[in-house]
Amino acid sequence: MENIIKDTKDTIKPRPSSEWRSFALVAGLVVIWLGLYNLIQPFANWLAYDLLAQPEGSHLGESLAFFFYDVPKIILLLGGMIFLITLVRSFFTSEQTRAWLGGKREGVGNTLAALLGVVTPFCSCSAVPLFIGFVESGIPLGVTFSFLTATPVVNEVALVMLFGLFGWKIAGLYLITGLIIAIISGIIIGRLKLERYVEDFVWQIKVGQVAIDQEKPTWTNRFKTAWESTKEIVGKVWLYVIVGIAIGAGIHGYIPEDAMAHILGRNAWWSVPAGVLLGLPLYSNAAGVIPVVQALMEKGAALGTVLAFMMSVVGLSLPEMVILRRVLKPKLIGIFIAILTIAIILTGYLFNLII
Amino acid sequence: MTTIKILGTGCPTCRRLLDDVQKLVINNNWQANVEYITELPAIMAYGVMSTPALVINDKVVSVGHPGVPKVARLIKDAIEP
Repeated sequence: MENIIKDTKDTIKPRPSSEWRSFALVAGLVVIWLGLYNLIQPFANWLAYDLLAQPEGSHLGESLAFFFYDVPKIILLLGGMIFLITLVRSFFTSEQTRAWLGGKREGVGNTLAALLGVVTPFCSCSAVPLFIGFVESGIPLGVTFSFLTATPVVNEVALVMLFGLFGWKIAGLYLITGLIIAIISGIIIGRLKLERYVEDFVWQIKVGQVAIDQEKPTWTNRFKTAWESTKEIVGKVWLYVIVGIAIGAGIHGYIPEDAMAHILGRNAWWSVPAGVLLGLPLYSNAAGVIPVVQALMEKGAALGTVLAFMMSVVGLSLPEMVILRRVLKPKLIGIFIAILTIAIILTGYLFNLII
Repeated sequence: MTTIKILGTGCPTCRRLLDDVQKLVINNNWQANVEYITELPAIMAYGVMSTPALVINDKVVSVGHPGVPKVARLIKDAIEP
């Protein structure tokens, strides 16, 4: 056994030249990406106003120009930024995250857990083994929940689309409030001492020693993995993006200014909880929902209402709750959903109040 | 006889890894037993926290789906030293 492992390690040692080739390839892709990105605006105008001969300022012309500009822009942004995000994530593993979180106090532990929740590669199907692995190694329940909350709330697709359609300020605001919500809900769950609502079998499972003998990935490996994940993620959402932007473009061109101020504006107090409720079943459609929401905001919807709605779409995910049901008793799931919902609604009101 | 286990909770990636491994074993005529492990206690006993995980002769060799070429190499290294 020992020998086999040694041998494989020797044979797959990367030659430096192949590493340089990968860097050159990625650099080439970056240049092409930048070139394409700068061509989008003239291309969209040409397509809408010249090729399709729609007069500038007409309803249809405005909608078409909006659509032809936003679709390539968002797809390009998603491709580029998700590549970057997954590249960063290749430096983190769940095992390492667990080691970092071990023995951290409340507060510090929750903050670290929320931050690591953003950068640790994690799919919702791993939520259960990860949960068991965390609590078994002595990480407090509250800290574990901060991690589990941050991961879906700060979703990479949502973040990139917010950046592309709303700008970096709102994307940053979303990231920071998402982190704060994850930290605070984790602290509350920790304080409530809910360990008895974790399924009993979880405490009996014996977690084995991690014995993965993985070689340190080369840059070539990292680029490859990032490329694969990017293809997978963009492949999953591109259709929603196009449909969402098409609806958004329709709203942009046809619905009059301030039409939404009445129902979704900051003075309509009920719009925040209504938005959160509406967002609940829309999980996994963040890609399609964000362009629609952006168009609504242009027509007078309030920022807090919009942020609360999006957090509910992305963060309160029913499929993940179903998966977590395997390790959590219904009461704990209920408490978790209640805390998150209240936190999101309060965030909505807060932003409507201050902005 | 080499034993290959795929630890997974039933996620799409887990089933994809199982499919790929089964195809590799059949196509290359490798003498190996392929098992799909879904019970949580059994999965946790290997100490992994992300699924799927690939276990060859009771040793965890990879987590996630590392891609068919790498999976092929990992199995081949264990079968033909």
